[in-house]
Amino acid sequence: MLSCREATALMSQEQDRHLGMAERMALRLHVLMCAGCNNYRRQMNVLREACRRFGSGGMQ
Amino acid sequence: MELDRQSELNALRPDLLRFARLQLRDAGAAEDAVQETMLAALTASQGFESRSSYKTWLISILRNKIVDIIRTQSRELPASSLADDDEGDALLDESLFEARGHWQPSARPMRWADPEASFEQQQFWIVFEACLNHLPPKTARVFMMREFLGLDTGEICKETGISSSNCWVVLHRARMGLRTCLETRWFAGAGA
Repeated sequence: MLSCREATALMSQEQDRHLGMAERMALRLHVLMCAGCNNYRRQMNVLREACRRFGSGGMQ
Repeated sequence: MELDRQSELNALRPDLLRFARLQLRDAGAAEDAVQETMLAALTASQGFESRSSYKTWLISILRNKIVDIIRTQSRELPASSLADDDEGDALLDESLFEARGHWQPSARPMRWADPEASFEQQQFWIVFEACLNHLPPKTARVFMMREFLGLDTGEICKETGISSSNCWVVLHRARMGLRTCLETRWFAGAGA
Protein backbone atom coordinates (compact mmCIF):
# COMPACT_ATOMS: atom_id res chain seq x y z
CA MET A 1 0.00 0.00 0.00
CA LEU A 2 1.42 3.38 -1.04
CA SER A 3 1.86 6.14 1.49
CA CYS A 4 0.66 9.62 0.55
CA ARG A 5 4.27 10.71 0.24
CA GLU A 6 4.92 7.98 -2.34
CA ALA A 7 1.63 8.64 -4.08
CA THR A 8 2.42 12.35 -4.56
CA ALA A 9 5.76 11.44 -6.15
CA LEU A 10 3.97 9.16 -8.63
CA MET A 11 1.33 11.82 -9.32
CA SER A 12 4.09 14.21 -10.28
CA GLN A 13 5.87 11.61 -12.45
CA GLU A 14 2.59 10.88 -14.15
CA GLN A 15 2.97 14.37 -15.69
CA ASP A 16 6.37 13.47 -17.12
CA ARG A 17 6.44 9.80 -18.08
CA HIS A 18 4.19 6.80 -18.64
CA LEU A 19 3.72 4.94 -15.40
CA GLY A 20 4.02 1.15 -15.46
CA MET A 21 1.00 -1.06 -14.95
CA ALA A 22 1.83 -1.81 -11.32
CA GLU A 23 2.38 1.86 -10.53
CA ARG A 24 -0.89 2.81 -12.15
CA MET A 25 -2.83 0.19 -10.22
CA ALA A 26 -1.25 1.15 -6.90
CA LEU A 27 -1.96 4.80 -7.51
CA ARG A 28 -5.52 4.17 -8.59
CA LEU A 29 -6.22 2.20 -5.45
CA HIS A 30 -4.64 4.82 -3.24
CA VAL A 31 -6.51 7.74 -4.80
CA LEU A 32 -9.80 5.88 -4.50
CA MET A 33 -9.38 5.72 -0.77
CA CYS A 34 -7.57 8.96 -0.04
CA ALA A 35 -9.46 12.23 -0.52
CA GLY A 36 -6.33 14.33 0.03
CA CYS A 37 -4.42 12.57 -2.74
CA ASN A 38 -7.45 12.63 -4.98
CA ASN A 39 -7.45 16.43 -4.61
CA TYR A 40 -3.70 16.51 -5.12
CA ARG A 41 -4.04 14.76 -8.44
CA ARG A 42 -6.56 17.35 -9.65
CA GLN A 43 -4.21 20.07 -8.46
CA MET A 44 -1.43 18.65 -10.65
CA ASN A 45 -3.69 19.11 -13.66
CA VAL A 46 -4.57 22.65 -12.59
CA LEU A 47 -0.85 23.47 -12.30
CA ARG A 48 -0.17 22.15 -15.77
CA GLU A 49 -3.02 24.19 -17.23
CA ALA A 50 -1.95 27.33 -15.33
CA CYS A 51 1.59 26.94 -16.66
CA ARG A 52 0.33 26.42 -20.17
CA ARG A 53 -1.65 29.66 -20.03
CA PHE A 54 1.03 31.61 -18.25
CA GLY A 55 3.71 30.42 -20.66
CA SER A 56 1.73 31.06 -23.82
CA GLY A 57 1.34 34.74 -23.13
CA GLY A 58 -1.68 34.62 -20.87
CA MET A 59 0.33 36.14 -18.05
CA GLN A 60 -1.06 39.43 -16.93
CA MET B 1 -5.95 45.96 -40.15
CA GLU B 2 -2.40 45.27 -39.19
CA LEU B 3 -0.90 46.12 -35.82
CA ASP B 4 1.66 48.84 -35.39
CA ARG B 5 4.36 46.39 -34.48
CA GLN B 6 6.94 48.79 -33.22
CA SER B 7 4.64 50.25 -30.60
CA GLU B 8 3.17 46.87 -29.70
CA LEU B 9 6.65 45.55 -29.18
CA ASN B 10 7.46 48.37 -26.80
CA ALA B 11 4.23 47.82 -24.93
CA LEU B 12 4.88 44.08 -24.56
CA ARG B 13 8.51 44.42 -23.61
CA PRO B 14 7.98 44.52 -19.82
CA ASP B 15 5.98 41.27 -19.95
CA LEU B 16 8.65 39.57 -22.02
CA LEU B 17 11.30 40.71 -19.61
CA ARG B 18 9.39 39.40 -16.62
CA PHE B 19 8.91 36.06 -18.31
CA ALA B 20 12.63 35.79 -19.09
CA ARG B 21 13.72 36.95 -15.64
CA LEU B 22 11.48 34.47 -13.94
CA GLN B 23 13.23 31.64 -15.72
CA LEU B 24 16.77 32.86 -15.94
CA ARG B 25 16.95 34.67 -12.58
CA ASP B 26 19.62 36.82 -14.09
CA ALA B 27 18.71 40.35 -15.19
CA GLY B 28 21.51 40.62 -17.76
CA ALA B 29 20.75 37.29 -19.43
CA ALA B 30 17.03 38.10 -19.43
CA GLU B 31 17.75 41.45 -21.08
CA ASP B 32 19.82 39.69 -23.78
CA ALA B 33 17.08 37.17 -24.48
CA VAL B 34 14.47 39.91 -24.85
CA GLN B 35 16.68 42.05 -27.08
CA GLU B 36 17.35 39.15 -29.41
CA THR B 37 13.66 38.36 -29.47
CA MET B 38 12.77 41.92 -30.39
CA LEU B 39 15.39 41.97 -33.10
CA ALA B 40 14.08 38.72 -34.56
CA ALA B 41 10.53 40.05 -34.34
CA LEU B 42 11.36 43.24 -36.19
CA THR B 43 13.00 41.43 -39.07
CA ALA B 44 10.22 38.87 -39.51
CA SER B 45 7.66 39.61 -42.17
CA GLN B 46 4.39 38.01 -41.13
CA GLY B 47 1.48 40.17 -40.04
CA PHE B 48 -0.70 39.84 -36.95
CA GLU B 49 -4.24 40.92 -36.38
CA SER B 50 -4.40 41.01 -32.64
CA ARG B 51 -2.13 41.85 -29.81
CA SER B 52 -2.66 38.46 -28.18
CA SER B 53 -1.62 36.47 -31.25
CA TYR B 54 1.40 38.73 -31.64
CA LYS B 55 2.30 38.18 -28.00
CA THR B 56 1.97 34.41 -28.29
CA TRP B 57 4.27 34.47 -31.29
CA LEU B 58 6.81 36.66 -29.45
CA ILE B 59 6.79 34.36 -26.44
CA SER B 60 7.52 31.40 -28.68
CA ILE B 61 10.61 33.19 -30.02
CA LEU B 62 11.61 34.21 -26.52
CA ARG B 63 11.23 30.63 -25.35
CA ASN B 64 13.80 29.47 -27.89
CA LYS B 65 16.18 32.23 -26.86
CA ILE B 66 15.83 31.19 -23.22
CA VAL B 67 16.58 27.56 -24.10
CA ASP B 68 19.70 28.71 -25.97
CA ILE B 69 20.89 30.68 -22.97
CA ILE B 70 20.24 27.82 -20.56
CA ARG B 71 22.12 25.52 -22.90
CA THR B 72 25.13 27.83 -22.92
CA GLN B 73 25.03 28.36 -19.17
CA SER B 74 24.90 24.65 -18.42
CA ARG B 75 27.87 24.09 -20.69
CA GLU B 76 29.76 26.67 -18.65
CA LEU B 77 28.67 25.16 -15.35
CA PRO B 78 28.70 21.44 -16.08
CA ALA B 79 26.75 18.92 -14.00
CA SER B 80 25.74 21.48 -11.42
CA SER B 81 24.23 19.66 -8.49
CA LEU B 82 20.85 20.62 -7.16
CA ALA B 83 22.01 19.99 -3.61
CA ASP B 84 21.83 23.65 -2.56
CA ASP B 85 18.08 23.44 -2.83
CA ASP B 86 17.74 20.41 -0.57
CA GLU B 87 17.53 22.05 2.82
CA GLY B 88 14.17 23.76 2.48
CA ASP B 89 12.81 20.59 0.95
CA ALA B 90 13.20 18.53 4.13
CA LEU B 91 11.38 21.21 6.09
CA LEU B 92 8.47 21.30 3.67
CA ASP B 93 8.24 17.52 3.72
CA GLU B 94 7.99 17.46 7.52
CA SER B 95 5.27 20.04 7.59
CA LEU B 96 3.22 18.07 5.07
CA PHE B 97 3.62 14.42 6.05
CA GLU B 98 3.65 12.55 9.33
CA ALA B 99 6.18 9.82 10.08
CA ARG B 100 4.41 7.05 8.18
CA GLY B 101 4.13 9.21 5.11
CA HIS B 102 0.47 10.18 5.34
CA TRP B 103 -0.76 13.76 5.18
CA GLN B 104 -0.61 15.78 8.35
CA PRO B 105 -4.27 16.55 9.06
CA SER B 106 -3.69 20.29 8.66
CA ALA B 107 -1.87 19.80 5.35
CA ARG B 108 -4.31 17.50 3.56
CA PRO B 109 -4.84 18.96 0.08
CA MET B 110 -8.20 20.59 -0.42
CA ARG B 111 -10.47 20.66 -3.42
CA TRP B 112 -9.64 23.81 -5.38
CA ALA B 113 -12.89 25.52 -6.21
CA ASP B 114 -13.34 26.54 -9.84
CA PRO B 115 -9.77 27.03 -11.13
CA GLU B 116 -11.15 28.45 -14.34
CA ALA B 117 -12.63 31.40 -12.43
CA SER B 118 -9.22 31.96 -10.81
CA PHE B 119 -7.49 32.01 -14.21
CA GLU B 120 -9.75 34.91 -15.13
CA GLN B 121 -8.48 37.06 -12.29
CA GLN B 122 -5.40 39.17 -12.63
CA GLN B 123 -4.72 38.82 -8.92
CA PHE B 124 -4.38 35.04 -9.34
CA TRP B 125 -1.53 35.48 -11.82
CA ILE B 126 0.28 37.83 -9.44
CA VAL B 127 0.11 35.17 -6.73
CA PHE B 128 1.11 32.48 -9.24
CA GLU B 129 4.19 34.42 -10.27
CA ALA B 130 5.08 35.15 -6.64
CA CYS B 131 4.84 31.42 -5.87
CA LEU B 132 7.14 30.59 -8.80
CA ASN B 133 9.62 33.14 -7.51
CA HIS B 134 9.38 31.53 -4.13
CA LEU B 135 10.76 28.20 -5.39
CA PRO B 136 14.48 27.58 -4.89
CA PRO B 137 16.29 28.81 -8.02
CA LYS B 138 17.54 25.55 -9.49
CA THR B 139 14.30 23.76 -8.74
CA ALA B 140 12.41 26.57 -10.43
CA ARG B 141 14.65 26.43 -13.46
CA VAL B 142 14.08 22.71 -14.05
CA PHE B 143 10.35 23.12 -13.52
CA MET B 144 10.10 25.99 -15.99
CA MET B 145 12.19 24.13 -18.57
CA ARG B 146 9.56 21.42 -18.34
CA GLU B 147 6.40 23.50 -18.16
CA PHE B 148 7.14 26.73 -20.01
CA LEU B 149 9.78 25.66 -22.47
CA GLY B 150 8.10 22.33 -23.09
CA LEU B 151 11.24 20.19 -22.81
CA ASP B 152 10.83 16.56 -21.83
CA THR B 153 12.84 15.11 -18.97
CA GLY B 154 15.36 13.54 -21.37
CA GLU B 155 16.15 16.96 -22.84
CA ILE B 156 16.33 18.54 -19.38
CA CYS B 157 18.84 15.90 -18.29
CA LYS B 158 20.93 16.66 -21.33
CA GLU B 159 20.84 20.42 -20.78
CA THR B 160 21.48 20.40 -17.05
CA GLY B 161 23.57 17.27 -16.59
CA ILE B 162 21.29 15.69 -13.98
CA SER B 163 19.92 12.13 -14.18
CA SER B 164 16.28 11.37 -15.06
CA SER B 165 15.49 10.13 -11.59
CA ASN B 166 16.96 13.30 -10.12
CA CYS B 167 14.94 15.28 -12.62
CA TRP B 168 11.71 13.60 -11.47
CA VAL B 169 12.58 14.34 -7.86
CA VAL B 170 13.22 17.99 -8.65
CA LEU B 171 9.99 18.34 -10.64
CA HIS B 172 8.05 16.70 -7.84
CA ARG B 173 9.61 19.09 -5.34
CA ALA B 174 8.72 22.06 -7.54
CA ARG B 175 5.10 20.98 -7.98
CA MET B 176 4.74 20.27 -4.28
CA GLY B 177 6.14 23.71 -3.43
CA LEU B 178 4.02 25.48 -5.99
CA ARG B 179 0.72 23.81 -5.09
CA THR B 180 1.36 24.33 -1.39
CA CYS B 181 2.02 28.02 -1.99
CA LEU B 182 -1.06 28.41 -4.21
CA GLU B 183 -3.28 26.59 -1.76
CA THR B 184 -2.13 28.74 1.15
CA ARG B 185 -2.00 32.04 -0.62
CA TRP B 186 -4.88 31.74 -3.00
CA PHE B 187 -7.27 28.82 -2.90
CA ALA B 188 -7.69 28.67 0.88
CA GLY B 189 -8.89 32.25 0.85
CA ALA B 190 -9.99 33.85 -2.41
CA GLY B 191 -10.73 30.71 -4.37
CA ALA B 192 -12.79 28.87 -1.76
